[in-house]
Amino acid sequence: MSESTQAPIPPAVRISNLTKQFGFIRVLNGINLTLKQGEFLTVFGPNGAGKTTLLRILSTLTRPTSGNGTLLGYDLAQDGALVRYLIGVLTHHPLLFPTLTGYENLKFYGQMFQVQHLPDRIETLLHEVGLSEQRDQLVETFSRGMQQRLAIARALLHAPRLLLLDEPYTGLDHEGISFLTQTLKAFRAQGGTVIMTSHDFEKGLELCTKATILNDGNLAYYGDPTTLEEPFEAVYQRCVGSPSKAL
Amino acid sequence: MNLMKQIWPIVWKDLLSELRTREVVLAMCFFACLVLIIFNFAFFTGMGDTQGGDTQGILAGMLWVAFLFAGVLGLNQTFGAEKDREVLQGLLLCPVNRASIYISKVISNLLFMSIMEILILGLFAVLFRVTIWKVLPALGLIIVLGTLGFVCVGTILAAMAVNARAREILLTVILFPMIVPVIIAAVKATEKVLAGAALPEITGWLKLLVAFDLIFFLLAYGTFDFVLSE
Amino acid sequence: MAQKVRIGDTILLGLTCLTMLASLYAIFIYAPTEKTTGVVQKIFYFHLPLAFLSFFAFFLVFLASILYLYSQDVRWDIFAQSSAEIGVLFCSLVLITGAIWARPTWNVWWTWDPRLTTALILWFMYVAYLMLRKLLKPGVQTSNIASVFGIISFINVPITFFAIRMWRTIHPVVIDQSGIHISAPMVITLLLSLAAFSFLFVVLLRIRVRVEKVLRAYEELYFLLERNKKRLPS
Repeated sequence: MSESTQAPIPPAVRISNLTKQFGFIRVLNGINLTLKQGEFLTVFGPNGAGKTTLLRILSTLTRPTSGNGTLLGYDLAQDGALVRYLIGVLTHHPLLFPTLTGYENLKFYGQMFQVQHLPDRIETLLHEVGLSEQRDQLVETFSRGMQQRLAIARALLHAPRLLLLDEPYTGLDHEGISFLTQTLKAFRAQGGTVIMTSHDFEKGLELCTKATILNDGNLAYYGDPTTLEEPFEAVYQRCVGSPSKAL
Repeated sequence: MNLMKQIWPIVWKDLLSELRTREVVLAMCFFACLVLIIFNFAFFTGMGDTQGGDTQGILAGMLWVAFLFAGVLGLNQTFGAEKDREVLQGLLLCPVNRASIYISKVISNLLFMSIMEILILGLFAVLFRVTIWKVLPALGLIIVLGTLGFVCVGTILAAMAVNARAREILLTVILFPMIVPVIIAAVKATEKVLAGAALPEITGWLKLLVAFDLIFFLLAYGTFDFVLSE
Repeated sequence: MAQKVRIGDTILLGLTCLTMLASLYAIFIYAPTEKTTGVVQKIFYFHLPLAFLSFFAFFLVFLASILYLYSQDVRWDIFAQSSAEIGVLFCSLVLITGAIWARPTWNVWWTWDPRLTTALILWFMYVAYLMLRKLLKPGVQTSNIASVFGIISFINVPITFFAIRMWRTIHPVVIDQSGIHISAPMVITLLLSLAAFSFLFVVLLRIRVRVEKVLRAYEELYFLLERNKKRLPS
């Protein structure tokens, strides 16, 4: 991604001192992170480290207790609706209405996101994810793999500039995995930014340009894993291995 | 003999569960108490006595109790389906204000309730031989204002209750005390109108309904964001 | 710090006991017996402060809810929950003392008097608040929801009161609670009783808040411990 010297390109993500507290527990402890556009960031960390919470804050689903963040230059707290315009989110749940057809689902989201030339866009995307034949089938009849593919169509419908993925490979078969990887590669080729949480080292490291390790709400590592001299697993072990003393 | 052996373990298990949490029995008791109280406001015009021949009072009360219970059923599903299928998050990820979700749900609920009310009103007129054509404008106004208040409060409470285990029971228990003013005003005004009163005579009650509607709509609109967010 | 807490609490507890004893003396010995209704009237000295304080408790719930939504500080949430519980307790006593007063005076256990009826609805609203908290999973969203409910409930109180009063004026209230002739010693007794119950309220609230803080901290510690235990060393 070439650095422009004319107008400053806003970073994909900039969060400063982000804290999230549930009751007396600090799930995120003053995180600072800056990510340039076009990068692919994978967030590693054990269960409960705060990965999902971080993603939820970035997708404006959760409010931080303190600290602030911007996404593509827009403030998460003030410009929440604008931020949601620019992001596509994939989670465990496909977020599809089961009593509507594939076409109707995309139409709904298309209208909510004010997508231009909606019918054509829907047809194109359905074709890309290979679900053109099922456009008039109710989503509740879809298999898991088909639902995931429609979910990808939903996430890409409004041409977002940043994708947020929460352990998207969970529960996918081989076909689904390769399809997702393909999609992410194509997305990045067009200049999109990706942030993904992952449990799986192989999948997580395959496509990423930056990696970070969250442990007990703290950023234990942030950098380019390809420049590491030791295997990433070793770094991970060091950061996470010993049970945290911070209770 | 064998039958008892099949039945008793299940009964015992249910009693044991309930003994530990006491939720169901408690909620049932609260609900029944609230029903009695609502009935008091709906059917009794004074200190525990119904005037002889005061059929309008009974009729007005019946109509609104029917609306109330049917309305609660409708409110229950406002967010229920979406929550169950985990699609609510999909709505929250759309670039719209949370308050817009509130307004759209209010409108849906209003539409559903209106359909129900029109049908029930027709049935009501037939079953109880009430001539409603003459009083329709005034009655219509009361129903509109009352339903509006009910739905404005009910929608946000439905959003709250949907996260709970016993969501239908919870919704009823938190809703009924809240809509007491609506029930009182709507039943009183309806009673008067059915007895032949003209519009100017019920302005007091109508003003109460309008105030309720306005206040709670604004309150709900302003705080809905918090109900859905973490 | 524990030392400081104990001294403050001891003083408070001492004041509570003192004023309670003083007001009990005042109620039963100092204050004159009302001419028309007799000894039963003395319930009024309990009933009124309890009513005032339960209303005040719910006002505190309202304030604490707003402050919680604004600051997201969990201590306000704890405060709101505790105040609601004490409020429900005091409100129950209001209803009970109301019934005890009504029975010998007017020969009924309950009157649909506007104030008593509003107290009944109030009771249900805050019981609903507590049920809401109990049935929802503890968390930030639940605290948010409870706070919104606390705000809505309190705003509904005056509206409900007006509605009930309008409902009653159609058929005028024959029974009137405030037709009692008040004399100076009665006022003093009343104020003393109010002070005593206010101290009691504060003591109970402080205890409840402290218990809740410990409870929540314990639950979270437990959660963290379980989570750390589950972390596999590989």
